[in-house]
Order: sequence, then structure tokens, then C-alpha cells
Amino acid sequence: MFSLVRSMWLIFLHMFHKRETYQYPEQKAPLPARWRGRIALTRDPDGGERCVGCYLCAAACPVDCISLQSTEDESGRRYPEFFRINFSRCIFCGFCEEACPTYAIQLLPDFEMAEYSRQQLVYEKEDLLINSEGKYPGYNYYKVAGMAIQGKDKGDAKNEEPPVDVKSLLP
Amino acid sequence: MTNFWWIIGGVLFALLNTAAGLIWVERRMLALWQDRYGPNRAGPFGLLVVLADTLKLFFKEDWIPPFADKIVFVFAPGVVMLSVLMSFVVMPFGPHIIVADLNIGLLFFLAMSSLGVYSVVLGGWASNNKYALLGAMRGASQMISYEVFMGLALMGVVVLSGSFNLREIVEAQRTMWFIVPQFLGFLIFLVAGVAETHRLPFDIPEAESELVAGFHSEYSGMKFGMFFIGEYLGITLISGMLVTLYFGGWLGPAFLPPVIWFVIKTFCFILLFILFRASMPRPRYDQLMEYGWKVLFPLSILNLLVTAAIKLWLNT
Repeated sequence: MFSLVRSMWLIFLHMFHKRETYQYPEQKAPLPARWRGRIALTRDPDGGERCVGCYLCAAACPVDCISLQSTEDESGRRYPEFFRINFSRCIFCGFCEEACPTYAIQLLPDFEMAEYSRQQLVYEKEDLLINSEGKYPGYNYYKVAGMAIQGKDKGDAKNEEPPVDVKSLLP
Repeated sequence: MTNFWWIIGGVLFALLNTAAGLIWVERRMLALWQDRYGPNRAGPFGLLVVLADTLKLFFKEDWIPPFADKIVFVFAPGVVMLSVLMSFVVMPFGPHIIVADLNIGLLFFLAMSSLGVYSVVLGGWASNNKYALLGAMRGASQMISYEVFMGLALMGVVVLSGSFNLREIVEAQRTMWFIVPQFLGFLIFLVAGVAETHRLPFDIPEAESELVAGFHSEYSGMKFGMFFIGEYLGITLISGMLVTLYFGGWLGPAFLPPVIWFVIKTFCFILLFILFRASMPRPRYDQLMEYGWKVLFPLSILNLLVTAAIKLWLNT
């Protein structure tokens, strides 16, 4: 009986405690640094797309919300012809970011993407591409990869040695 | 005669607005006691949440399940509101603000609040749903058994004031509020009152964690709203009765008009009801019955006997 009165008193005192609520639209909650929010496609330092259309993100996606079609431009670079993420399916697990070999797809700390219709949640490539290098500034896939493209032959990449001619007898 | 109609209109207006306003008060107070803010967006201090809630209730689909007993189903929610509103007829809000100055006012109040049990039973029965029926059964037994010593606890007040007339009971407290000589009676009436309005911790007929929503599981729209308003009116009624019987009703220092004193005291008890809800766990059904019949019932009889004995001893 006494404990009931005591708990009533303690709960009454809570009236004067600090509120736990974040008054959301005016007062934002602090997000963790690695918050996984909206997915974006980043660009390399030269402003080109980082995505090479390898389909690894689409394969890794557990809810199959990513779809893309890769193609190749005249200089031999691969890029996605279209890149579509259906955010009404996305579960923001970040597997696509882990799978991406070129740091192209990245999850941003932004979660305010509510829409009135589901169709609006389907983001096309132009919606996904951002003018930023994201979490890996200075990284440019074609500058470090051994793949030959127009204007850069095999062996020209950063930290790369010229290829060995296996048919030559000279050391 | 016109004065009479003004009183009826005023009382009805005030009561229905209180019942609606309690939606906001309860949600806001519960939030404060749980370190939240509660509704604070719509209008000043979120007061318009009352309007939003009422509009929502009005525009909800008023659905009667095909398996329900239609006439009784529609009839039941009306009973609770009507019976509680009828109880307010004898409530003295001020020295002259009383709808009917009955000489059996207290009995009338007991009778009317007992009628409220019909809405629970009929509503649960007509819903033709096992949870509703279980809730109705619990409600019936709880309200009937707590009714018994609610009446017995009030008899102490009647013995002291020598009248069933609520206005005279208030007048009899000019020298001393009945909370002092009738403290036990007050406690018993408070517990019984909470059980009577089936509010937490005695919300066993509803018990949403066990019985969906108990006797009003099948109700929606304004029919549910009637139960809702009936519940809030019940809180107001029991708070008003506690004030009238034990805390000197409209009596108070003269710098405020009597009605204001009555409203302030009643409001304190309404807050106490909400605090009960915020702090107490729901007892098990058998615990409730045991507590009622084995503890409160003997205590209320003892209270009545001792009060009567002392009264007799003082008179002779």
C-alpha cells in the first residue's frame, strides 16, 4: 500500500523532469556519423560517374530494389545506362555500399525522404547522382585500376608497373 | 423558471465540454508524467486536439457488426452517458446552482451510477464477441460488488450530516470537512469510485492487454465516443462527489465564488484519477474481487458502525 503511494509521488515528480522528446521538425535528433540513410551515387574528382555498372550492388541487395543496365562509352569506360532504386522497398541495410568496388554507391545521413505517392519513391539516376566524392575524396577508379581505356593504357595507372611481355625472352 | 433552464443548460454545457477537454488534459498529463510533451501541435498548447479527436469520431465509419444484436448494440452506449448525466442532476455546484434539490440526492446518485453497469453488460452482450462478453461479465461483477461498499462508505457521511440531501451535506461541512472524521470512508469511496468508473487501475472490463478493448471492442465511431465521454463524465462525477461529500463541496474562502471552489477541487481529483492511471498496475481479476469483498467490505461496515456509535455516544 505504501509502495503504491510512493510510486504515485515519484511519478508525480516526473512532471518537473526534463522532457525526453525531440520536437522533431524544429529540433533535429543528432544522427550517428555512420547513419545509413538515402542512397546516392558519388562522382570521382574529375566529375565523372564512379559507377562502372558491375551489378554487384543489385546482386547484394536483399530486397532487390536496385536495377541498372551497364553500357560503355566511346572511351571504353563502363557506366550505367539507367540506375534505379526503389526506396519504397529499400531497407537501408548498406550492403550495396559494402559490395561496391568503386565506392560509387554510398549511404548518406539523410532520412527525410517522405513522399505522398509510392511512385515518387522510385529514384532514377539523375536523382541519385550527387556532385560529391562522398566518404572517399580523391578516389578515382580508372586512375588506379589496371584497365585500359582511351587515353590511358595498361601500366599507366597510379602505382602500376608496365605489363610484362610474357612472349619476350629478355628478363 | 427561466433560471432553472439556464442552470440545466449551463451544467450540460460545462459537463460536456469538461468531458471533451479531459481528452486533452489526460493525454497532456500522462505525457508530462512520462517525460514527454503530449499533444502540443494543434492550436495553442495542442488544445485543438480535442476538436480533431471529436471530428475524427464523428466521421469514422459507424459500423454495426452483422452478428450483433442491433437494437441493444445501439442502445447500450446511450445508457452510460444518460445515467452519468442524470447523476449530475443532484450535484450541488454552488449554493443555488443545483438542477434538482432532491431530499434523497445521495440515493439518487447511487441508483443512477448503478444503472451505468447496464451499458457495460448490454454493450458486451450485444457485441456477440467473446472478448466483449468477458469484459462485460467482469464489468458487471466488479461494478456490482464495488457498488455495495460504495454505498456503505457513504452512509458514514449520512450519519454525520443526518441527511441524504447533498446540499445539506455540504452545509454540514461548514465547521469541518468530512475528510477528517470520515478518512477511512473517503479512502473506500475513492477506491470504489475508481472501480465504478472502471478507470485504471481497475479497468478490468476493458483491459486492453488481455481483452482487446473489453466490452467496447466492437464499437466504433460516435458509439465508441459515447462510451469514451461516459467514462470521462464518470471521472468528473466521482471527483465531484468526492468533493461534495468529503471536501466541503463549494465551501471555501470568500475571495473566490463558490462555483470556482467546486471546480478547482473537482479538477484536483480529476488529476488524481489521471495520476492513478499513470502510476498503478492493473490487478488480476480475482485479486480485485478478493480485495473488494475481504478488505474493503468489512472496513466499510466497520467504518459505518464506529461512526454511528461515536455519533450516538456524543448525542447522549
